Amino acid sequence: MPAPCVQLFVTCLVDLLYPEVGERTVALLERLGCEVAFPSAQTCCGQPALSSGYPRDAVKVADRFLDAFADTEGPIVAPFGSCVHMVRHHYARLYDGERATVAAGLAARIHDLPSFIVDELGRPAVGGRYPGRAGTAVAYHHECHMRYGLGVTKAPMSLLRGVAGCTIVEPARGELCCGFGGTFSLKLGDVAVAMADEKLDSALAAGAQAIVSTDVGCLMHLEGRARRRELPLRVHHLVDLLEPDGRLLSVPLTRPRPRTREANE
Amino acid sequence: MSGLVIEPPRGGPDPAVTPNLHHAAGNWATHRAGARRRVDWEAWRERAREVRADAVRHLPELIELLEARVVAAGGHVHHALDGEQACGHVVRICRVAGATRAVKGKSMTSEEIGLGAALAEAGIEAVETDLGEYIVQAMGDRPSHLLAPAVHLSSGQVAELFARESGHRFDPDDTAALVSYARGVLRDRFLAAEVGITGVNLAVAETGTLAIVESEGNIRLATALPRVHIALMGIEKVIRDWEGAAHLIQMLPLAAHGTPAAASTSFITGPARDGDDGPEEMHLVLLDGGRSAIRGTPFEEALHCIRCGACLYACPVYRQVGGHGYGTTYSGPIGAVITPLLEREADAGELPWHSSLCGACVEACPVKIPLDDQLVMLRARAHERDPARAEAALFAAWARLWSRPSAYRATAATAGRALRPLWSALAHDGWQRRAPFPFSGWTDGRDARAPDPEPFHVRWRRQRGGA
Repeated sequence: MPAPCVQLFVTCLVDLLYPEVGERTVALLERLGCEVAFPSAQTCCGQPALSSGYPRDAVKVADRFLDAFADTEGPIVAPFGSCVHMVRHHYARLYDGERATVAAGLAARIHDLPSFIVDELGRPAVGGRYPGRAGTAVAYHHECHMRYGLGVTKAPMSLLRGVAGCTIVEPARGELCCGFGGTFSLKLGDVAVAMADEKLDSALAAGAQAIVSTDVGCLMHLEGRARRRELPLRVHHLVDLLEPDGRLLSVPLTRPRPRTREANE
Repeated sequence: MSGLVIEPPRGGPDPAVTPNLHHAAGNWATHRAGARRRVDWEAWRERAREVRADAVRHLPELIELLEARVVAAGGHVHHALDGEQACGHVVRICRVAGATRAVKGKSMTSEEIGLGAALAEAGIEAVETDLGEYIVQAMGDRPSHLLAPAVHLSSGQVAELFARESGHRFDPDDTAALVSYARGVLRDRFLAAEVGITGVNLAVAETGTLAIVESEGNIRLATALPRVHIALMGIEKVIRDWEGAAHLIQMLPLAAHGTPAAASTSFITGPARDGDDGPEEMHLVLLDGGRSAIRGTPFEEALHCIRCGACLYACPVYRQVGGHGYGTTYSGPIGAVITPLLEREADAGELPWHSSLCGACVEACPVKIPLDDQLVMLRARAHERDPARAEAALFAAWARLWSRPSAYRATAATAGRALRPLWSALAHDGWQRRAPFPFSGWTDGRDARAPDPEPFHVRWRRQRGGA
């Protein structure tokens, strides 16, 4: 297969809060032989407004996604399944007429990163090494828009099984939502925190020392809570583990190793 | 009188009930896994959805057919536009029958219309005979789950209640003794009652037959011993024929408890005939209560609900706040959808936010109601009716900025610059203990991740140049 040219939809949360996840995604796709393009007019898929009950505002922002990607070719790949779910599932309800056709075309081209690697590139494992102490027990958190929205659970587990230096544990009630849910986590903050606590406690009870996911919203929520409780848990995006040498590609600018992570080592 | 919205939603986690709920929801999840191995679950769901969609699409004609068949079988049919009319029918039937003592089977529709209060006001003593409902009624409490009304209570609380009632001590772990006590109390009530009042799980239009499922035998007694049987049902519970009924009667217990059949299912076609045992009179009260108005709207699928309770057990929010946290008769995801739809007043406005939109409810639903999409639409509808001005202005401003790539990049740069001094001064390596408005609520329980001073799009430009 010739190297496909992949259009990267980095997603706003990754762009602004987790840029290194974007860099690792690019490095990974290039290592797998893809050529990566980054359409510079992209902003956000519009999901925050739609979920909060402002569909008209969501369309304004979604319009920008349509414009940024409509003239590109090839698969669109995002390291954040929730935004893929927005494009695949919700755009059909937001648009009609000609714009709906454009939206449907993009919905057919967009993939979450794990599914793209496993199903489209045909790579069930891509190696990788856990960036930390060998033998670390990791729990995978299937974010809900991947599990329930896109029906994807096998691809990320397949990639995770290919990672050296960690063992996989399965916490009880792993199917439960972590409580992020976008603006839900602000509107019903105490319920969201209770949900995170149940997830974190059950990960700890299963012996997990790290939680891995591909939804940076969940990661931010779980790590934010784990830090507040000073729990001995590290939190990673899956791409953190898929680096071949276990060293993170770009050490974020002035960011030392987190205190709570040290506590574990 | 409406019993749909009882009090404003509390919304917070309730540590008094979460252990009981987590236990019950855990049992449900285990049983459900078994149910899915037992049948071709996805094909069964699709078939169940078809049966319900057919019923709701053809509701007026099916209700007409049902009425004709019930009357032909010797029953009486009463139409109620709203809860007040429905309560009026039930009270009048009791009065005409000269009844002052009634036994009730569990019925969420009766909760919805506030029937208990209406009967009490009319001087008719109506005792709940479902064990959970009996407990909830005796405590002056409300049901907190569609099928398991007392799921929020522990056996210890029940033992205390029964001890207060009877003057005897009960061991909370001896559930057999607790059940046996309740059975003894209820048996006398059954024998004394002149009227039995029940809900309906589904009504088969082609023969005018009501189907009621149960696990305790109280429905059998309530529909057989008293002289008069009054069945109360929302009009959407009708279905066309026995083929559909046969499927739903298996699907309901599968979705609710993971079992292929309820302990007991009663099929009732009219009153007793030709000297058979059973009630002399049978009345069916058909409640609209806002249901017709939902037909033909984008929310029509909410009427497909068969009240199995699966979405409640699957819901991570329900499992933290419990049924009472919603402040409504119907709680959980379906409650958050159906209450604002049935309730024409705006006081159910906050309910659609009682969901993280995770989609677990949709996956659990045996008739495939798109609950998460409906919640999203209801949020928009609530804003249209009652604009939350500050938030709306915030999102409008956000959309103006983020719909232009240059403005998006400017906000990113500004946020990065503005927060950089703060960010680098903190020992928390990019995580903050306190975040500014509108994210301040976040840091009540969580540290917040600060925006990176160099977003991805800037790094890309630096490393790769150009666009």
